[in-house]
Parts: sequence; C-alpha cells; structure tokens
Amino acid sequence: MSETTSVRVEPADTPTPAGRSLSALDALESEAIHIIREVVAEFERPVLLFSGGKDSVVVLHLAAKAFWPARVPFPVLHVDTGHNFPEVIAFRDETVARLGIRLEVASVQDYLDDGRLQERADGTRNPLQTQPLLDAIAAGRHDAVFGGARRDEDKARAKERIISLRDEFGQWDPRNQRPELWDLYNGRHTVGQHVRAFPISNWTELDVWRYLEREQIALPPLYFAHEREVYLRDGMWRAVSDVSPARADEVIESRTVRYRTVGDMSCTGAVESDAASVADVVREVATSTLTERGATRADDRISEAAMEDRKKDGYF
Amino acid sequence: MTSTATESTLFRFATAGSVDDGKSTLVGRLLHDSKAILADQLESVARTSAERGFGGEPGAIDFALLTDGLRAEREQGITIDVAYRYFSTGRRSFILADCPGHVQYTRNMVTGAATADAVIVLIDARKGVLEQTRRHLAVVQLLRVPHVIVAVNKIDLLDYAEAAFAPVAAEVTALTRELGLPEAHVIPVSALAGDNIVERSANTPWYQGPSLLELLETLTSLDELESELEALRMPVQLVIRPQGAVAHDVDDPEQFRDYRAFAGRIASGTVRLGDEVQVFPGGATTTVVGIDAGSARLEAASAPQSVSLRLADELDAARGAVIAASGSLPVARREFEASVFQLDPRPLTPGARVLVKTGTSTVQALVTSIDGRRDLTTLGLDPADRLEANDIGQVSLKLSAELPLEAYADHRRAGAFLVIHPQDGATLAAAIVTRPVA
Repeated sequence: MSETTSVRVEPADTPTPAGRSLSALDALESEAIHIIREVVAEFERPVLLFSGGKDSVVVLHLAAKAFWPARVPFPVLHVDTGHNFPEVIAFRDETVARLGIRLEVASVQDYLDDGRLQERADGTRNPLQTQPLLDAIAAGRHDAVFGGARRDEDKARAKERIISLRDEFGQWDPRNQRPELWDLYNGRHTVGQHVRAFPISNWTELDVWRYLEREQIALPPLYFAHEREVYLRDGMWRAVSDVSPARADEVIESRTVRYRTVGDMSCTGAVESDAASVADVVREVATSTLTERGATRADDRISEAAMEDRKKDGYF
Repeated sequence: MTSTATESTLFRFATAGSVDDGKSTLVGRLLHDSKAILADQLESVARTSAERGFGGEPGAIDFALLTDGLRAEREQGITIDVAYRYFSTGRRSFILADCPGHVQYTRNMVTGAATADAVIVLIDARKGVLEQTRRHLAVVQLLRVPHVIVAVNKIDLLDYAEAAFAPVAAEVTALTRELGLPEAHVIPVSALAGDNIVERSANTPWYQGPSLLELLETLTSLDELESELEALRMPVQLVIRPQGAVAHDVDDPEQFRDYRAFAGRIASGTVRLGDEVQVFPGGATTTVVGIDAGSARLEAASAPQSVSLRLADELDAARGAVIAASGSLPVARREFEASVFQLDPRPLTPGARVLVKTGTSTVQALVTSIDGRRDLTTLGLDPADRLEANDIGQVSLKLSAELPLEAYADHRRAGAFLVIHPQDGATLAAAIVTRPVA
C-alpha cells in the first residue's frame, strides 16, 4: 500500500492484516446481494427477468445466495419471443424446476397470433417484447423487476441507475433520473409505476465470466464452442433455423462457434471460437477486441441510439 | 469468500472539471490507453468524429464521444448525467463516475463523489484555479473523499514548461490547505497527447511523481481505510427464516427448521465468530454464533461484505435494527444538524415535511430550520431561508422516530441520508450529519 499524502495515514508500525481488502469480485458480489435484499425488503411483488442468458443466470445465483438457506422469494418472468434457441428454453425450464421457483411466461407469439402485434418487415422480434413485458408486469402486479443489464454493455445503459423508476407506460426518462448516492436506494413509487432493479450494473462481461467460473454455475451449452450450420450476414455468423433461414445468396457452412450473448435466433450472431469451457471463455473474453453487443447483436447496430430508444419505450 | 494478494481489488473514482477543460478527453484517453476501449467502439467513435468534422489532424478521435451516452448529449456536445465506465489493470478494477461539469454540477458531482475513493479535478493549465475548481474541491471536502488528484491539463499547449505548471501546483496546494483538504496529488498532463496518463511522459522530465494511472493503482481505497479502523455496524436489511421454504440445495431441511439470521451489508468494521455485539434499538447484548455467506460459513467478515449473522439469543430485531460492536452502540437520535446538498428544483424551506432514509430505515422528518447556505468559494456560511437546487446548506431536522444516526465524519455510512418527498417519492436532497443534537 503506497501511502504518499493521504489524509488518514495509518501508523507505520501497524502491520496490514493479510487479505484485508476484498477482491473486486467479492466486492461486486456483496454489492449485488445488498441490492437484491433491499428490493425484496422494500417491495411487495418483485420478479426477475430470466432469459437463461448468462447475466440473468448470475442474478438468479446471487439471489439464491442472498437468501440461503431459504428459497429465492420471488418468481421469474421470461419474455418468450418464439424465436428463442430451444437449448435455452430447455435450460430455463430445468433451472426453475431445480430451484423450485415459479416461472411466468409472456409470449410474443400469442400477441402475433391474435393481432395485438404485427411481425416486423425485418423479421426481428426483439422490439416486439416491450408490450408483452409491460402487460406481464401489470398482470403480475410486480412493483419491482430485476434485470441482468450491465452498464458496460451500452452507452445508454452506462447512464442507468441501479434502481430505476418506470412510469405508467413503462418508460425510462434518462434526463430526469433520481440521483443515486452511497448505497441508499430510493425505490418509492406511486400507483402504476414500478422500478427496474439492476444488481449487476457495475459488472463487466469479464467479471460475469470470472464469477461463473468461480461459482461453477451452469449455463446453456451454446455459450461454449460447438459445431453449427451457419451463414454469414452483416459480418456475423447466423444460425440456420426455421426462423432464421439463409437467403439464396448466403452460403451455409459448418463452423465451430459459440455465442457471447443469447438473444433471438433471428438477431443474435455467433462468434468463431474454440472455447469449450468456462476457463477457456474467460481467457477469450479477456483478450477480445470487440464488445459483446458489437460482435453479436444485429439490433444494436441500427443506430448509435438503438438501445436508448428501446429503453425509453420500456424495454429491459 | 476469499481474497488473495493476486486478485485485483475494486477502486471507485470520479472525475470533475469545468466546461472545456478536457475532462471527457481525459476519460476517453484513460480508457483508450488502458485498453478498455474495444475495436468496434473505437471504430464507431472514429466514424462519428469524421462525420462531425472533429478538429485536429485527419483521423483524430473525439474521445468525448465515448462517454456521452445519450442522444441529446451527443447532439448538443454536452454531458448531462453521470456516466459509469469500467476498466481494469492487473492490480485493480476501476469504476469511474464521469461527472459533467456545468449543468447542475453539484447534483452530478455529489452523486459521483459520494462513494468515490478518489476524485480527479481537472484544471486547464492556461487558466489555473477557477471559481469552479474551488466549488468542486469544496464538495470533495464536505463529502470527505479520501484522495484528491488535480490533473493540470493541456500542458502540451504550454510547451511542457515547468514554469507554467509550478504556479498552478502552488495555487492548488494553497487552496487545499485553505479548504482543509488532504494534500492533493498534482499531475501535469495532456489528455489529448496522453502525457502522464498511463506512462510517465518524457516531455515532462522535471515531474518526478507517478502517472495518473499509477496513482490510481496505488491509493488506499475507502473500504481498506475503514474496515479495520471503525467499530462494527451492520444495518439489518431483513431476517432470513426459511421455515418450510428451504433452498433446493439444502441437504437436511430439518437442520434449518429453526434457522434465523440477520441479513445485511457490513457498513463499517469487522465481525468475528464469538464477538459480543449489541443491537440497536434497545442495546441488548448477545454473541455472534454464525457468519454465513450463502452456504459458506465464515470465521470473520469486514465492510463492505454482505453476510447473514446468527446470534446466540432470540432477539426481537427486524429491518432497521443495527448490529454494533459491544460497547459502541450508536445513540438514538431524534434531532440533528446536517449539511444538505439540494438536488431537486423545488426549494427546501423551514417547516417542510419530508422523509429521511438512512441505512435500512425510512422515517418522517421535519425541517426545523435552514441555518445557512455555504459560500462555496470560502466554505463560509451565509444566511438563507431556503435552499435552491445545487445549493449546499446547513439544516436542522427533527425525526418522528429515533434513528442511530452518527456524525458522517465518524461513520460515513451511518451519517449519510437521503431527503425524500413524502408524496411523489423524489430524492430532494442528499445529506450528511454534521452534529447529532438530541
């Protein structure tokens, strides 16, 4: 510890106790658990948005730790676009069954079937999730909605609060956010409003992977290297599937790939990778030269403000 | 939970500066040179820089575009809100709160600096200490941020002359002394050219000190300073009692039938198995028989760890209770004086009925008097009958129930609170206890 001109200088003859300072990962874990407990203590009906993706898996693991040996005291909610990877849906179902928690599903397909929503020309269903999500929050009378969003994912998310108020329309008003100080979270809201709570706001992609490795947390298999039929579109490897067929001019080939993020089959790209284990992925992410969204999300390439616009409308 | 010497630790810092003194450029440079900016982000910024006709030589990058996250910010070329950035070196993981300088600067500065281990204040070497610099440093002093770094920027425009830097450094030293701040680390830098940001620059051979990043890697963090020096305080968030609903991975549910633990995040100090503790309110004394973190059983835990404490005796304690080291029980307070950072546009006036949130308690409160407004250039107190947005003032408050509030100077987390609007829930002000009264 170099102590040049600090205020509170420790006596020189006091030895520094070993391991006194918490590792960064332990500090982030403690912060997240504190946030999860605050929300459970102060809100009536919290719910966790759970997609089976690595970030929501980490939040669920933290929740299990926060209340152990009691069960996680809230249900999970999944917005099913109908374009999800089948492996991820299987993982989702297996996880909630194992933990003994309730799963609520908001189905985009239902909305398309009865005409409340229309399929977009570009085929992506990502922006269509907002309405079913808001309806499910209202139907479940959820006053707090946990999400696995991280500030390092996107420039708009970098400005997001840990506890973030949403109005009656689910909208985020980035210019009128409550200042958030110390570890005091102000979640007061009026009827019809709810808050989004982001316990891993301060984690980076690498923190998430290091934590998954340390805690030996299970993930859907598509996060790891596997052979898949893919084609190249917009510089990303897309999976061949019923909802994301290759066009006539696109060449289908078999490649060893993995996914860095898990969204819809129709808009999530795979990266070429040999990383077969969590340890391999930690090494790969530590040396990556592309951000996870830049590398794998077609929807965020629409414009510089794609995420900000979706968030204002009530998106995750 | 383990921590070894080889794992990196967390360090939080905030940046503050006036308009145009190159703060966004400094932040962009720090992120870029510490390799926290990835190729696709750089490409997007380079593209936008070119489209907007960013000045300088061809290919020059407007680093400010990296941090301005909202459309309105990019369009107007201003920073509206605090943005958080992340980067790491082998030794530390950094959380950077980038605080905009001009629009509602107090609000943003207070938000960014409240939890900071260090604040970097930028000064334009050509202009020296400005009014704004004094105000930023005053906020740093009131919040007792442990480390002050003053980056004297644009030294390249003064031919890297020591003669240009020395008077500014002297001015800073005099000011920190006047404000009662710890001695500042003053560094000559060029954010644009990268001098003394990551590497020590060959252009300033007369400067013997560390680069900005070297300094950030070695300063002692708040939690390192506080976990050993202060008495144990743990506000109880909730009580964990599984009763019938045990977790799936509990092997023997019978064993946990009577499990009862107080969940919370340690606000200060260290707790060890067998420690005698007292519980606020009431002051009942008992012994710590278990420190649980998930299914792990710990021997000891320190601030800011989240744990569940099991106590030897059945106590009637719930959310809002505070577990404290025996003999250091906080005093129950109903009246106190505080420094208030007014954040909301609606002024704070005497007689206002508000909510006070501190630790894990929220109670009703009355603003009994406004005792003055800080003159941020002198830190002196001027008479005032109301506090407007971005004012910092002295206020007396009376609570509807007793709380374990302590002077912020003694216990940071026990002396900080929010002032909340009782109807619409807005955060009206952030405040710190300066003197408990009764």
